Amino acid sequence: MASIVQFENVGLRYGTGAETLSDMSFSLAAGGFYFLTGPSGAGKTSLLKMLYLAQRPSRGLIRMFGEDVVTLTRERLPGLRRRIGVVFQDFRLIPHLSAFDNVALPLRVAGAEDKDLDLPVREMLQWVGLGERANARPATLSGGEQQRVAIARAVITRPDILVADEPTGNVDPEMAARLLRLFDALNQLGTTIVVATHDLHLLSRIKNAQILRLDAGQLADPTGALRYPPREPGARA
Amino acid sequence: MKMTLKASAADARLLPEGRFAGPMPWVIAIMMFLTILAAAAGLSLGAAARGISDDLAGRLTVQILEPNVDRRAAQIKNVTEELGKLSAVESRRLVPAKEVADLLDPWLGAEGLDPDLPVPALIDVTLKRGAASDVAMVRNNVQAVAPSARVDEHAQWLAPLARLLNSLKWLSVALVILMALATTSAVVLAARAALNTHQSTIEVMHLLGASDTQIATLFQRRIALDALFGGLIGLGAALLTMALVGNRLSAIGSDLLGSVNLGWLSWLFILLLPIIGAALSTFSARFTVLKALRRML
Repeated sequence: MASIVQFENVGLRYGTGAETLSDMSFSLAAGGFYFLTGPSGAGKTSLLKMLYLAQRPSRGLIRMFGEDVVTLTRERLPGLRRRIGVVFQDFRLIPHLSAFDNVALPLRVAGAEDKDLDLPVREMLQWVGLGERANARPATLSGGEQQRVAIARAVITRPDILVADEPTGNVDPEMAARLLRLFDALNQLGTTIVVATHDLHLLSRIKNAQILRLDAGQLADPTGALRYPPREPGARA
Repeated sequence: MKMTLKASAADARLLPEGRFAGPMPWVIAIMMFLTILAAAAGLSLGAAARGISDDLAGRLTVQILEPNVDRRAAQIKNVTEELGKLSAVESRRLVPAKEVADLLDPWLGAEGLDPDLPVPALIDVTLKRGAASDVAMVRNNVQAVAPSARVDEHAQWLAPLARLLNSLKWLSVALVILMALATTSAVVLAARAALNTHQSTIEVMHLLGASDTQIATLFQRRIALDALFGGLIGLGAALLTMALVGNRLSAIGSDLLGSVNLGWLSWLFILLLPIIGAALSTFSARFTVLKALRRML
């Protein structure tokens, strides 16, 4: 599989402090499914921020979709961002918009006409089990419902990469399994999935998922040697 | 998210602050009211100053001050003939004795002139258009044939008033410029405040792939509508005020104040001011928002 993301010796430092992330070198294959694990404060969210182009690295090279995103001009960033779906840890739903409008936002940003929104948005809301809550504002939704709206918003444009930061953190196990099936289905359609999670039980739910473990700002498994479950000798990477 | 003044309902929902609820349209209405009054004052004062100058430029009065009746008559004849020879002179007219007596009537009373009182003879002279600079030549020629003659330039009498009107016109221009700057500053502050209010929405939109132009368009459209609404309110109030002031001026019946009026080009400019204001506000908002967005990744 072709590489869709490449990190080479990437480091990230906020201000003048120590590096939050150091010497990150890895590549993500197009159509791959990746779990990003590690303890709190290990730098998972910082790494995801660089993946969804909210943060440039302090050093190193990042290539996405064949583009050097470190030196990419601002004018070209929106085009790349539209190829990336993001589920934020804090959902980042727009509070004064309904669930429908929140989910429709990426389509509107991409230039879709209002008349073309109704069907895909309602289907997506049905898919995440919120068909009846289309007009509800985020403040009237539970944490789990908000998370599902955030997931629906992230996947409605069928992005090339889906980046999800603790997407099952606020849902019950049944919904977590359902969301994982949703991610798996997207992955089967060719979307590269990167899921940051604390939940070790999730790791075994997706066959062929690869695991990246972050510890103290360093990638503990850059080569796949610490893959969970361990890769069998001679298996294809 | 297109570049039109009419926002879709969904775009309007993205920035939900009520258009006419905030102070912005009312600030712009007050600014536009004052701007239009200042502009109208400047335009009408400029027109009045020009009118006075045009009316009086090239108009002279020659006074023959010779007390001896015979010598005065001879000098009148000489001056009239001399003026007739000058190419700069368009017309000349000896003011009849009756008109002179009428002019003196307020000072000398209704009983009329004492026949023994020497009264200067007056000759009204109008120079050809563009010959106003020939006054000195006319004066020299007239005094060569009539040593007691005095040449008075009408423009000199009202020159201080014309200069005052001209100064007031430039003061009005300065006020219009200051108002425009103040309006622009208010729009910039409003745009910055709106950016702060909607910071989280903007961040999310950026991360979903919205371009700076798409985001700026949302803000500039809202501010354009606010500015247009405020501008039209200001225009309405200013027109009402101008009508009231015009009514009062007409009631005075003064020729001088009656000359304070506006031509159709001035009216067109005044009616366009709200649109110019809205365009200026829109440009300022767009510039401010784009500049702020460039600081974000």
